[in-house]
Amino acid sequence: MQRNQCIVSLLVSNHAGVLTRISSLFARRSFNIESLTVGVTQDPSLSRMTIVSWGDEYLRAQIVKQLHKLVDVKKVQLMDQDKIVVRELMMVKIKLEDGGLPEVMQAINAYRANVVDLSPSSIAVEIAGEPTKLNAFLHFLSKYEIVEMCRTGPTALGRGSYCLENES
Amino acid sequence: MVMTGAQIVIETLLEHGVDTIFGYPGGSVIHIYDELYKRRNELRHYTTCHEQGAVHAADGYARVTGKPGIVFATSGPGATNLVTGIANAYLDSSPVIAITGNVPTNLLGRDSFQEVDISGITMPITKHNYIVKDIRALADTIHEAFSIACSGRPGPVLIDITKDVQTGTTEYEPSNRPAMHAASPKKLVNIGEKEFEEAARLIQEAERPYIYCGGGVVLSNASEELLAFAEHIDAPIGLSLMGLSAVPYSHPRFLGMVGMHGRYGAIKILHESDLVIAVGTRFSDRAIGNTKEFLRNRKILQIDIDPAEVGKNIEVTLGLYGDAKAVLAALTSRTPPLRHEAWSRVVEDMKAHPDNNLEMDPARFTPQAIIDAVCRRMGDHVVATDVGQHQMWTSQYYRFKKPRTFITSGGLGTMGFGMGAAIGACIGSGKQRTVLFTSDGSFHMNMNEMATAVSNNLPLVVVLLNNNALGMVRQWQTLFFNGRYSHTTLDRTTDYVKLAEAFGAQGYRAKTIEEFERCLDRAFHVQSPVLIECSIDCDARVLPMIPPGGSINDIILK
Repeated sequence: MQRNQCIVSLLVSNHAGVLTRISSLFARRSFNIESLTVGVTQDPSLSRMTIVSWGDEYLRAQIVKQLHKLVDVKKVQLMDQDKIVVRELMMVKIKLEDGGLPEVMQAINAYRANVVDLSPSSIAVEIAGEPTKLNAFLHFLSKYEIVEMCRTGPTALGRGSYCLENES
Repeated sequence: MVMTGAQIVIETLLEHGVDTIFGYPGGSVIHIYDELYKRRNELRHYTTCHEQGAVHAADGYARVTGKPGIVFATSGPGATNLVTGIANAYLDSSPVIAITGNVPTNLLGRDSFQEVDISGITMPITKHNYIVKDIRALADTIHEAFSIACSGRPGPVLIDITKDVQTGTTEYEPSNRPAMHAASPKKLVNIGEKEFEEAARLIQEAERPYIYCGGGVVLSNASEELLAFAEHIDAPIGLSLMGLSAVPYSHPRFLGMVGMHGRYGAIKILHESDLVIAVGTRFSDRAIGNTKEFLRNRKILQIDIDPAEVGKNIEVTLGLYGDAKAVLAALTSRTPPLRHEAWSRVVEDMKAHPDNNLEMDPARFTPQAIIDAVCRRMGDHVVATDVGQHQMWTSQYYRFKKPRTFITSGGLGTMGFGMGAAIGACIGSGKQRTVLFTSDGSFHMNMNEMATAVSNNLPLVVVLLNNNALGMVRQWQTLFFNGRYSHTTLDRTTDYVKLAEAFGAQGYRAKTIEEFERCLDRAFHVQSPVLIECSIDCDARVLPMIPPGGSINDIILK
């Protein structure tokens, strides 16, 4: 994990243009975005975003305060990383060499990943977990030829009573 | 009641107490203008020569009245012509509501005639903006826009309305709602006992307190509370450019403007203080210079309604989030009356310090003499400026008496702001005599609006300081570029007297202070626009000057 990395959770209006407002704010204020995930919540008028960024204390405070000024941002919180569950999804397609399948399958089982597609020349795998686990799996796969891959970026949820609505 | 979208636009504006609109008609707002025609007895629309003039006028109107300034423009170029004015309002926290038309929803995204994504373009320079594609959302959007523009820290809001929404119909019942103004009193924002105690402790512990205020004090109408607070804790006051007019120029507590072209005493005393109480100011680089020097040996108590401003540009000891008026009143009631005798003597001595003297050569036709001659005739009417040397001279020499009488482009520094802004300010002040200080550079940018001033018979006196150069850039070229005057010598052959007459205004020319006084006397006797060209020396400088990023130690006095 990068030093000074922070995870910001937001509840935002679920309508067109909100993502642009947020990414444009990050761009013009020179804030960093490492990743951003967004999806609708149980209340269809609201979406929840998880933004992974980095910066010193000053930048982290400015990120929260500037986001808070956007009319479409209903809640914004710098998440306490000791009180949250973080998950990311990755899909990787690797080229299959003759006889290579058993070794790949072993790794898939060890990492609790799932096969989502298999063709005579390639295998596609999905894996979910903490970003560090995904990195380790990817490191293992580096001995194979990766045809293509995609990662969603981390998304985060508070544990127990630690919620975006209730900061205690 | 079934109404068209265009009707709803007009009805909702009326509900919010709007009676004045600035704008420019066009194909994508023709239905709104048609409704305006029907309601022309209730809503006065001023057609400018260019949309930029209209948005600056709305901005000037808002600054003078404290009410939101409304501007209409059509799609495409009409909308893009608003951009500079919207950015200007954003950087100076002015409540402007821009309403633009756009092509019908089914033509959006097809690069249709006069189509532009104005909500996308203005996203970073508005407090919020909208594109309305569903008539059912129109009324609520407009109401929300008023609330956003006027609440908290004011700012511009843009509403882009597609043509089919203007022509479509829906049910709408106008209601009597209280008119919302940016200047209406705001509540104390979440400051707890702990913060107040901490603030009171900082103030009581200070031996050399200094109050430094910006435009927030003007916006929140906090002048009275500010002066009471300064008296109560026995502290001098310095103002940023945007803060000027918040306290009367002649007030004994007022030391002058702080910043790059601030007054020596105001800056020097700030640098000798041990506590700066900053109210409604963002510590702009032009006001602060070297932040390390600014912070050396002193604590900072910052008061702002926008939490994001607290600690943004400089590190502060304590931040209080709230409306300046309410916070200042609360701090006065929560601290005992204080006296700082030694400090007061230092402050008083500084006023008499030779470097604090701004006098220009009285024998010559100087900017100071020009500004002084206007000031003596003006009472407490509104003064607007463009941007450049004349703006700084006005901020240094003009003796403001009343808040909201100084209309200038602070944050964005928009040359060409003056004509539109002065028109809006004049209208906002009930068509009282208004003076615009401008220059040959700035005036050439938007001088077309002279026609607007003439059409509306506004008692506007344009005092044009002509030095045949872009004076402020020239001054930098003199000081920092060894006199390499790259493209700043204008030497235009414009005949300003004939130009004014061609517009239907009166034009005068003055080469001496005596001539200028005579011109002014005549100008102040007519109730229509007058332009007075004043020829000044192209090497007249704005002094003192602290070079960018410098401190009081780097001040240039001569």
